[in-house]
Amino acid sequence: MSVKGLFFAGGRPADLLIRGAHLLDPRTGLDSPGDVLVRAGEIAEIGAPGALPAPDSAETVEAEGLHLFPGFVDPHVHFRTPGQEHKEDLASGTAAAAAGGFTAVIAMPNTAPVVDDAPVLRSLRDAAERQARVPVGFLAAITRGLAGSELTEMAELRDAGALGFTDDGRPVVSAGMLRKALQYQRLTGGVLGLHEEDPSLSNGCVMHEGAVSARLGLAGYPSVGESTIVARDAALAKFEEGRMHFQHLSAAESVEALAYWKGRGAQVTGEASPHHLTLTDEAVLSLDTRYKMNPPLRAESDRQALIAGLKDGTIDCIATDHAPHAKHEKEVPFEEAPNGVTGLETSFASVYTELVKPGIIPLSLLIEKLTSGAALFDLCTPRIEVGLPANLALVDLGASWVVGEHGYVSRSANSCFFGRTFDGVVRLTVAAGTVAHRALDRAEVAA
Amino acid sequence: MRHLLSIDDLDREGIERVLDRAASFAEVAGREIKKVPALRGRTVVNLFYEASTRTSSSFELAAKRLSADLVSIRAATSAVAKGESLKDTIATLTAYDPAAIVIRSPHAGAAKLVAGWTDAAVVNAGDGKHEHPTQALLDVFTLRQRLGSLDGVKIWIVGDVLHSRVARSDILAFTRMGAQVTLSGPPTLIPRGIEALGCTVEPTLERLPEADVVYVLRMQHERMSEAYVPSLREYAMRYQIGLDRLRPEQLLMHPGPVNRGVELSGDAIDSPQALIGQQVEAGVVVRMAVLYELLAGAGAAKAAPVPAGFESAVAA
Repeated sequence: MSVKGLFFAGGRPADLLIRGAHLLDPRTGLDSPGDVLVRAGEIAEIGAPGALPAPDSAETVEAEGLHLFPGFVDPHVHFRTPGQEHKEDLASGTAAAAAGGFTAVIAMPNTAPVVDDAPVLRSLRDAAERQARVPVGFLAAITRGLAGSELTEMAELRDAGALGFTDDGRPVVSAGMLRKALQYQRLTGGVLGLHEEDPSLSNGCVMHEGAVSARLGLAGYPSVGESTIVARDAALAKFEEGRMHFQHLSAAESVEALAYWKGRGAQVTGEASPHHLTLTDEAVLSLDTRYKMNPPLRAESDRQALIAGLKDGTIDCIATDHAPHAKHEKEVPFEEAPNGVTGLETSFASVYTELVKPGIIPLSLLIEKLTSGAALFDLCTPRIEVGLPANLALVDLGASWVVGEHGYVSRSANSCFFGRTFDGVVRLTVAAGTVAHRALDRAEVAA
Repeated sequence: MRHLLSIDDLDREGIERVLDRAASFAEVAGREIKKVPALRGRTVVNLFYEASTRTSSSFELAAKRLSADLVSIRAATSAVAKGESLKDTIATLTAYDPAAIVIRSPHAGAAKLVAGWTDAAVVNAGDGKHEHPTQALLDVFTLRQRLGSLDGVKIWIVGDVLHSRVARSDILAFTRMGAQVTLSGPPTLIPRGIEALGCTVEPTLERLPEADVVYVLRMQHERMSEAYVPSLREYAMRYQIGLDRLRPEQLLMHPGPVNRGVELSGDAIDSPQALIGQQVEAGVVVRMAVLYELLAGAGAAKAAPVPAGFESAVAA
């Protein structure tokens, strides 16, 4: 099945009465307890708590004390297919997404082979229509083989369903190359997603440069290794009037550059990951490879700048950069380990626990930032609204869990939050009208 | 102490305990028969993933003088060269039930990883640019022999700090023992943020005369993938330590191997104020003391009884 650029296996349209949950949707203004009736996969009615009678055909979920949010959207995941299915595939990745409350995700093209021509993209769409539990969209590569030297057939890739383009995992090093992609974007539409890194400042580096890298003797790359390229590319976006989305921003200087160019009218947006919002390079002192990712965890001042960016709107959305790796691949010395951490199952809970519970950001802002990735890629933003397909996440904010204690839904276990206790358990995910995840029994146990 | 992975595994008292024991082993080294039976019947594995002369040979001698059975593995000649992972290699070696694994690796944290995969005591013999704790211990030992105490001693560490695991362990050990540490070298070879370890940084050697001890680091060409200094000639002009830059009372140290004519001039190496030979000598007794501390000392995982006739040698 497909809905506006997203592909999934589909399933039986849900008939559900979710009764008494606290409904929270920053876009419709809902912020009170209520009943939501889902009929044939659509939101059919919204009423006061206990007001909606249970139809005979519908399952009733007693959700008093739980929160019902619009389903989350993650514009940045790596599902490793084709080529590295031992890390993740569309079935396991979308199951992990559903377990995290996500109802739409966007997969990156740095697979093997790279998604740089239409046949590869079409085969992925077909696979998603067989295997994906929640709708998946795809970005295609900007340059062939991510090599940075030749544009992909962007127009054909767009026709084949690419939501946009990215060489994620690598920067587009040449400003001239990126300029051509921006010019060509006028023909193709779609957003250019950019992984920003100046290799002349980051080559051989495995973490943030600072006191921790000095202590560990690890090669570190400074924040300006990211921010100088953000500033360069935003200037290009403005010059060519193109649309550009900065992926996984990690540095205070990058947030400043993004704010500056937004202020000048450039069509630029940015995302931050839960790990960059909640952890710093201090974590790397353990030399645990679960803290190795690119861009790296940076200083506390960078983390604070990302949080400030979320609050003032400079950072448009939260994206996980879910990057699974097999156990044995991470069981090597830090310098040898591949970059990347999983994130779909912990995204909501990590930010809720670390930023919402202590009062640093409001819950409604978290829900907004976990859903606003959709519009950045021209997808429909999930809303709790009558007549729309049901994209819903039912979350128990009062329940806590230990990350990894019961394993993971993802095929990989490389979570940087392993062992942490988080509040917020996703009890039910309804994605595009079908039940994609349910953990209601544990709710009863916990209650 | 279960493992020696970092100087952070030892407080000042722990360092003194190990070095006092090393001093008692130094007496054994003066005897005609240099062996003691402390580790008889126990196996020590030396696993070296990087070239090494003095560290590997001194660990071998240390193990032999403690009567341990010794297996020395060099990565280039082992299954490692056939692509075996570190974890699998450790699993294989663990089948021999080693009491200790001494590991040198080009990667930070390798020794710590190994410690998580084996019941043996693990000694870090150098992990990437991270740490080289036994080198720092033998450096402190050498200075203690000469000065008695490091309290208030001003130590300048000069040269390529960026690529130096010795510098990192030395900064930690010297400051823990009460010394004041200053780093000096080309700004491209001084890591940003290193002051957080409790040292100060001087970009030039102008104030070098204030130092009591000048500890010169090796220019590590082998670790440099790009040019950090315009030329070794310019480096030598600005930072080479020779007798022209040293006061006669200043002590000179170097972890070896020396690039003669680069970081040190020939006259300085051969001068009486150089402790380089004493450092090498200290290597064996300090590594004996580390192995003893881990395998037979008070905090050892599997404490072995001190064999008869050995008590005097280990009385500290």
